[in-house]
Amino acid sequence: MIIKQISIFLENKPGELSRPAKLLAKAHLNILTLCLADTQDFGILRIIVREWEKAKALLEKNGFTVRVNDMVALEVQDRPGGLAAILEVVEKAGVNLEYMYGFTLSKAGKGILAFRFDNPEAAVTALSRKGLQPVGGLDLFERSTKVAVKGATKKTA
Amino acid sequence: MSSQPTKSNAAFHPVSSPDFLPLAQLQDLQLQRLKSTVQNAYDHVALFRQRMAERDLKPADVRSLKDLAKLPFTVKADLRDTYPFGLFASPMRDIVRLHASSGTTGKPIVVAYTHEDLLVWTNVMVRSFAACGLHQGDIIQNAYGYGLFTGGLGAHYGAEALGATVIPISGGNTQRQLMVMKDFGVTAICCTPSYFLHLLDQASELGVDIRKLPLRAGVFGAEPWTESMRRRIEVESGIKAYDIYGLSEIIGPGVAMECQCQAGPHIFEDHFYPEIIDPKTEKPLPDGEEGELVLTTLSKAAMPMIRYRTRDITALTAECCECGRNLRRIKRISRRSDDMFIIRGVNVYPSQIETALLRVEGTLPHYQIVLTREKELDNMEVMVEVTAEVFGDTVGALEALQARLGKSIETVAGVRANVRLVQPRTIQRSEGKAKRVVDQRKM
Repeated sequence: MIIKQISIFLENKPGELSRPAKLLAKAHLNILTLCLADTQDFGILRIIVREWEKAKALLEKNGFTVRVNDMVALEVQDRPGGLAAILEVVEKAGVNLEYMYGFTLSKAGKGILAFRFDNPEAAVTALSRKGLQPVGGLDLFERSTKVAVKGATKKTA
Repeated sequence: MSSQPTKSNAAFHPVSSPDFLPLAQLQDLQLQRLKSTVQNAYDHVALFRQRMAERDLKPADVRSLKDLAKLPFTVKADLRDTYPFGLFASPMRDIVRLHASSGTTGKPIVVAYTHEDLLVWTNVMVRSFAACGLHQGDIIQNAYGYGLFTGGLGAHYGAEALGATVIPISGGNTQRQLMVMKDFGVTAICCTPSYFLHLLDQASELGVDIRKLPLRAGVFGAEPWTESMRRRIEVESGIKAYDIYGLSEIIGPGVAMECQCQAGPHIFEDHFYPEIIDPKTEKPLPDGEEGELVLTTLSKAAMPMIRYRTRDITALTAECCECGRNLRRIKRISRRSDDMFIIRGVNVYPSQIETALLRVEGTLPHYQIVLTREKELDNMEVMVEVTAEVFGDTVGALEALQARLGKSIETVAGVRANVRLVQPRTIQRSEGKAKRVVDQRKM
C-alpha cells in the first residue's frame, strides 16, 4: 500500500533538473511521476520510480542528497468532490497531509494522486476502512508499462 | 645582562631565578630538556613516532636547538583526531589531572598532567605572579573559571604556592565579586580583561569606586585584548593591568607573563621553547619578525607538545627588558593565522562559523564563507552543503534549517549572515581541504 518516493535536493539554477533526469535515463530508470517544489534558492525534486533502491544508490553515488519517503497513491474519481472525500477521511483520522501531486497515468474516468501524509500507515488504515483502497506499488507499476509515461522534461524556472 | 632584578620595586621571589639565567646556561638547559622531551614523545606517542619516521628522523638527530626546525609540527586537529588520550605519553596511573577545552567540533581537546607536570605549572604561575610584583601577603581574587578550563586551577595553585591568600571565587556573580573585592581587601585579581571591564561598569552603577580599594594589579588573559583596553582599565580602576599568555595544549595560563615593565609577556623559556614561523611556508623566522608562534614544551611528561602551532600571530623580541629577565618576550597577539576576517567591524573566525553550524547539525557540513561588498556594505554569505541527515523533504523544513543556521551564526559570531543551502560537492575542495573563506570585497 505504501509507495516509495525519492526526494532530491536541488539548487535553483539553470540545468540542475536535467542532471538527475539524465542520470536516470541512462540507467533506464523510468520516472513514473514527479513533482517539483521550489523557492528562490533551492528546490526539491520528488520522483516515483519502480526500482527506487537502484535510483537512490545511483543518485547518491553522483553526489545528490537524497531522502526516501513513504507515499500513498489513491485513485480519485474525475469529478467534483473526488479529492474532498479523501481528505475528509484522513482529517477525521487526525492525519496531516504534507503535500500531494498527480500521476500521469489514469484509467477511464479516474485519476491517481500521490499523497505525503505525516502518518502514512494511519492514513491507509483510515482510507481502507472507508473503502478507499490505496493503489499498491505493483498495480501502479504494471499500469505504467501499458501507458506511455512522460519523462522529466520540465525545467526549473 | 644583569642576573638580578634591577627595578627597585620588583618583588624578587627565589622561584623566579630561572628568569635571570645567563643565555648560555638557559640554552644548555633548553637543549638538555628538549632532547629528553623528544625522546619521551618518540617512545610513547605513536603519532609523533610515525611523523618522525616519515622524515627519517630519530631522537638522536636533535643535537642542537636549531635541529628543532627539522621536527614535525603538532596542530590542534591532532588533539581532536586522537581524542581523548591519543597524545598522552604517560600511563593513566601516572596522570593526576585532566583538563579539557571546548573544541569547535563538539568534542573537547583533553590535556593531562603528571604530578611533576603540575609542579612545573605551579612553578611558572608563581613566577608569573612574582613577575608583576605580587608576593606573600597579597590577597588574590581568582575569578577565572574553575573546572575543566585550565585558568581557574592553574592560577589557584600558583597563587597559593606564591604564599598569597587566594579567594577561589571563580567566574560570574558580579555583585558578589565586587562585595568580596571590597570587603576582603583584595589586592590583585585574575580574570579575563573583558570580564574586568564588565566589573568596572557594574562597580560604577553600584557606586563602588575601585580606585579607592586596595586593588593594585590585574592578571588578565585567556582572550586577546588591546593596548587601548589596558589604558581604559588602568585609568578607570587605578590598577596595573598585566597580560598573561597561555593555552591548555601547552600547559594552561603561565606560558608567558608580563613583568612590571608591561612590555609584552616573557616566555618561561626554560619550560616552553618558542619559535616564530611563516605560517604559509612554515619556515622559522628570526627574532623581531612577525609570524605564527610555535611552542615546544621542554618539561612536560604526560603530554609533551612538539612544535605546537598556536595560530597566534606575534613576534619575539630578545631585546633586554629593564626588569633584567633574560627571557624573550612576545608582542601583543594581534591576530590569528587561521583565516580570521573582519566583517562590519566584527572579527570572525571560520571556527566560530563551524561552531555555529555544528550546534544546528551535530556534525560539521562542508561550508564556505563568501564575503562581498555592495554599496559600501559588507555582506557575508555562508554556503552550506545539504547532507542526507538534515535534508527534510519539505520546503518548510529546509527553510527552517536555513533560519536555524542563520540564527546560530548570529549568536556565535555576533554578525548576521545569509545562509545558502547548496548541493553536496558544490564547494570546491583543494588538496582535500576546502577553502573556507572567499573574500570578493574590493578593499
